[in-house]
Amino acid sequence: MKALLELILGDPQADRAVPPTGMTARLTVFVAAVMAFLAVITLAISLTTGRVAEAWAQELAQSATLRLPVDPQTSDALLLSALDVLETTPGVTSVRALSETEQQALLEPWFGPDLPLESLPIPQLIEIITGGDDYDADGLRARLSAQVPGAVLDDHTSWRAPLLEAASRVRLISWSVIILIGATIAAMITLAAQASLSANAQVIRVLRLVGARDTYIARAFVRRYTSRAGLGALVGVVVGIGATVLMPQGGSGDSILIGVGFVGAEWLLLVMIPILSAVTAFFATRAAAFRRLREQT
Amino acid sequence: MIELDKVSYGFGGTALFSQLSLNLTAGSFHFLTGPSGAGKTTLLRLCYADLRARSGKVRLFGQDAATLDRDAVALARRRIGVVHQNCEFLDHLTIAENIALPLTVSDRGGEAAQNLQELLNWVGLGAQANQLPPELSGGERQRAALARAVIMSPDVIIADEPTGNVDWEMSQRLMRLLAELNKMGKTILIATHDLHMIRAMKTDVSARVLRLRDGQLLQAGADL
Ligand SMILES: Nc1ncnc2c1ncn2[C@@H]1O[C@H](COP(=O)(O)OP(=O)(O)O)[C@@H](O)[C@H]1O
Ligand SMILES: [Mg+2]
Repeated sequence: MKALLELILGDPQADRAVPPTGMTARLTVFVAAVMAFLAVITLAISLTTGRVAEAWAQELAQSATLRLPVDPQTSDALLLSALDVLETTPGVTSVRALSETEQQALLEPWFGPDLPLESLPIPQLIEIITGGDDYDADGLRARLSAQVPGAVLDDHTSWRAPLLEAASRVRLISWSVIILIGATIAAMITLAAQASLSANAQVIRVLRLVGARDTYIARAFVRRYTSRAGLGALVGVVVGIGATVLMPQGGSGDSILIGVGFVGAEWLLLVMIPILSAVTAFFATRAAAFRRLREQT
Repeated sequence: MIELDKVSYGFGGTALFSQLSLNLTAGSFHFLTGPSGAGKTTLLRLCYADLRARSGKVRLFGQDAATLDRDAVALARRRIGVVHQNCEFLDHLTIAENIALPLTVSDRGGEAAQNLQELLNWVGLGAQANQLPPELSGGERQRAALARAVIMSPDVIIADEPTGNVDWEMSQRLMRLLAELNKMGKTILIATHDLHMIRAMKTDVSARVLRLRDGQLLQAGADL
């Protein structure tokens, strides 16, 4: 922490002690920018996937379907008692029996429009919209089995689970990718710093001979790579944000929920990218510098 | 100030010298002579902890050099001004910046401005202050190295062939400069093979002349 402070407040003269290196400098900035760009894209995909899955799952969780058994003799009575049970169930905000036309519309994609629905034994469907916390699916199921024998309550769990599962996998992979990007930045900075320490072996020797401490010499390198990694990542983030704007932005209305991009506090993650890149470079260069310096007299 | 006590050193398998002792007391003035390849530079490097003795003890300001950590070595070097035989500079910095470098790396860069110009004039490099080291002649580089060695006002000044590339007049001037510093109380050790210069100097300062030969360090006699 103290070293980090010293770095920020430190003596800029130390930077002059080590000659500038054009090529490594530009490559470091470039790689940091590319890595930050990839991090932004990965974050955008991960966060958007999470939002979309959550929105869909939420929608599914708030609705259920009741399926009545196919029995022409009792169907009207069953429908009435089912509606009766549902209307007195806490947490149920609306109940609606699907009309024949609606049921036909559901089947149409599979069987075509010419299906003679009235001549087929099709179960009656009732759409249930729930809200509030007092909705109790198991309690409802118990009451239905007593009063509406043969009715099946489908609360869409079988749809929701794989959706959430898929979304959490995408998120897991995204975070792994981001960790790999961080590791790549650390490895790249270590290599660049080692190259520049080797190229400046004679400079380091002279500095040591005139009484420079290791921290002073290390600081000159650390400052450089920290600012390059931070600056490069900043450029990468800006370009990355530009790229996410070009990605599909969803429909109208609730587009903010499913558009690819960042919402609210998620922007803070983007601010963190250049900072983390700089911090990574700081520790990578410092470790490389002290390792190299210890080898010299 | 600096003491070598039965010190051995050698590169690779062979010993360059062994059981060598030398004591640089405060305010003393020593010349170190000897044929080329005798180990003069090596001996000086032991004195500023650039090399570590194989056996025996090197004491810097009372501390065993073998026990100093890297920071302590850096601090000790700030008290020892060195003119290296090959005058190592940072080629991307100007002569003035190079001379001020010991102050800069000790976070005392602010003190440089006052006496830097004076020092530059004193070694006759007032006009070359803003040139880069590769643009200077060998003699100019040696004068710059001397200026860099004294800018911290160190307790000890070690010079390795400081007059190797300068003309007689300039070498006399540099030597008078070192004699002046010695009169101010600085401890001085100069390696040189230039016996003329030693003879000329002996009238100015009470210097001890040591000869390194075949691994032995002997007091030079009247044969000088
Ligand atoms: N870094 C080194 N590696 C191996 N041998 C060296 C090294 N430096 C000096 N020597 C050898 O040690 C001997 C003494 O060198 P040096 O101390 O420079 O002598 P002098 O300064 O008296 O001319 C020489 O034979 C030289 O070749
Ligand atoms: Mg020599």
